[in-house]
Amino acid sequence: MSQVIHHDEHYDPEGSKIGMWLFIFTELLLFGGLFIVYSVYRYMNADAFHLAAEELNTTVGALNTVILLISSMTIAMSTTALQKKQKATTIVLLEITFMLALIFLVNKYFEWGVKFDHGIFPGSEFMKAEMSQGEVLFFGLYFVMTGLHALHIVAGLVIMGFALARVQKGTVHADRPSLLENAGLYWHLVDLIWIFLFPLFYLIT
Amino acid sequence: MQASSKIPTDVSYLEYEGKHKGLRAWIFSTDHKRIGLLYLYSMMTLFLVGVILGLAMRFELIAPGKTIMDAKDYNAVFTVHGVIMIFMIVIPGLPAVFGNFMLPIMIGAKDVAFPKLNLLSWWVYIAGAFLVITSVLFGDGSPDTGWTFYAPYSFKTGANMLPAIFGAFVLGFSSILTGLNFIVTMHRMRAPGMTWTKMPLFPWSLYGTAWIQLLATPIVGITLVLVALERIFGIGVFDPALGGDPILYQHLFWIYSHPAVYVMILPAMGAISEIIPTFSQKHIFGYKVLVVSTLAIAFIGYFVWGHHMFTSGMSGTAQYTFSILTFLVAIPSAIKVFNWISTMYKGSINVQTPFYWAASFIFVFMIGGLSGLVVGALATNVYLHDTAFVVAHFHFIVFGGVGFSFFGAIHYWFPKMFGRMYDATWANIGWLIFTIGFLALYSPMFYLGMQGMPRRYYDYLEEFHAANILSTLGSWVMTLGLIIVIINLFRSAKSGPIAVANPWNGKTLEWTVPSPPPVENFDEIPEYQEKDGPYEYQ
Repeated sequence: MSQVIHHDEHYDPEGSKIGMWLFIFTELLLFGGLFIVYSVYRYMNADAFHLAAEELNTTVGALNTVILLISSMTIAMSTTALQKKQKATTIVLLEITFMLALIFLVNKYFEWGVKFDHGIFPGSEFMKAEMSQGEVLFFGLYFVMTGLHALHIVAGLVIMGFALARVQKGTVHADRPSLLENAGLYWHLVDLIWIFLFPLFYLIT
Repeated sequence: MQASSKIPTDVSYLEYEGKHKGLRAWIFSTDHKRIGLLYLYSMMTLFLVGVILGLAMRFELIAPGKTIMDAKDYNAVFTVHGVIMIFMIVIPGLPAVFGNFMLPIMIGAKDVAFPKLNLLSWWVYIAGAFLVITSVLFGDGSPDTGWTFYAPYSFKTGANMLPAIFGAFVLGFSSILTGLNFIVTMHRMRAPGMTWTKMPLFPWSLYGTAWIQLLATPIVGITLVLVALERIFGIGVFDPALGGDPILYQHLFWIYSHPAVYVMILPAMGAISEIIPTFSQKHIFGYKVLVVSTLAIAFIGYFVWGHHMFTSGMSGTAQYTFSILTFLVAIPSAIKVFNWISTMYKGSINVQTPFYWAASFIFVFMIGGLSGLVVGALATNVYLHDTAFVVAHFHFIVFGGVGFSFFGAIHYWFPKMFGRMYDATWANIGWLIFTIGFLALYSPMFYLGMQGMPRRYYDYLEEFHAANILSTLGSWVMTLGLIIVIINLFRSAKSGPIAVANPWNGKTLEWTVPSPPPVENFDEIPEYQEKDGPYEYQ
């Protein structure tokens, strides 16, 4: 026990950024699998997908797209504010991002609610009785893909919550920005996936 | 770890406990060496469960008709055997145990890049294993779909599938986190002067493996989620009654599960690439070619999944393409075998237990690999598909390849991990009995498959009786060998003679630190000079 070394805390912002990018690859592949399934069934049921897509509310979809795009901007601005050592601005921008994400989820809730009222949900008798197989598949994929995306929004909220708490506490600051930067990267991913989901479900008819 | 905490340099990782004590000092440790051993012990427990299930299957097949179980139980047994062995043993196997323990030391680092994430991977692994086991213990019958969870049966069967499917998903998550951790570790934490082309081959194989884990596992993850949602809600994507396509399930499943074979075998090859030069006391033959072949296997391995589905229905063009690609992936594997043999040529071979395991690995791996070409060729595939021949082929690769390499690796690194030597006589006896049993167990299945015996049935025609008896006897002999090997290792870990730092005169970095290594691995991070390489023998 005579000899003792000082173990300095290992901090490698570059390493954690690589780690985050690798994780983003896995997320892209996760959704990639779903995009493959979507394209196969779209190819096999082109007409039914066209018909079903007209059921979706493009206005709400477009609104949510705008909300996510703005939230991506505000989290990027928040990262920049952190680099410039403007703690108050960082926190405000992060809170705005957080609120925008919540608004997205509220919109999604009402959008899904309307569908449920019309008898459109996975496994519903109405769909089996009234809709073609292609339309059933379209809505099955719609709920899976937007649902999984909504789960990612929730995960993003949790990560942002952590980042917010750590910025307030002062453990995330200009010299140790990794957590906020990675939260930003993750949030851009969530945004990016929506940028693909929106046209695939709402716009291509 | 705490900032600037004081960690002694002369206390081994086995003794140093940190802020927790007793069992908690293990299950909450972020030390990569302790996590490696956590994986080792949890896998060994699950492996014994898998072995018992395998023995039960072989015992059922000792005679035609019902011996100890009926068809339904047999289906459950081969499913749970497969799920445990594939998802909990051979896929995490070498990376989680030896990768965790050796990778940081071999590249001259104090730990992996994200130690907490590393501990989390183990906890996630345990959670996944627990989920799978609940599917067996509770609900209306154990899963009976085979480890492949083929649609539509996997969402039609009344068995308790959901925990097993989610368990496999969770285990995949653990695998992804480990892979991510290793890639960042190798990119960021190699010792000064250790360029990519000076990194030892076991880390290189972990690097290739980690990329497959990262890029293939999410696909099976989402596929399993879809099957689960199909079961719960009936979304229709794999259900023909709702317009879905079960063949699409097979594609998505094998897009992961074929590369997963390389997740299993690449680190096994990597461990062999460490053992052979050490016991030949010679520079590895064709270092760069071995690196390239590792990456080539990882890359081509992505594009061969269709060969599991030749009889499921796909176009002729797709069949030819997948068949040709399957033959292509055999080339880098063959290059590796050639290089291992060439390394031995004119070396001063030190015949020790790890070398026996490595040499027999090459033997069984070649049988497994060449029989893989038999089932990879279109004409013979149609005849042999779903016969015992396929069972023999993949057990030669997956159990022969990974298993022999695992036992080779554990004997090779045993002195380093536990600080004691194993009893060589018993280790050799165990190896010999195991190898004889292994060959007696699986070789008859090649013959049975060619004679037309299908796989996955609890019963068979009288004409297959003799070879099945031989196979079952083999399973007993192999288990005897296994017991000898395991007991010997346990006893030696407790009371074997104290090991020196470098008992085999190895040249990689793990042999420069004491056995067992101190908590922080190195007093001073080693530096590689211009002329240094991983295998510099005189």
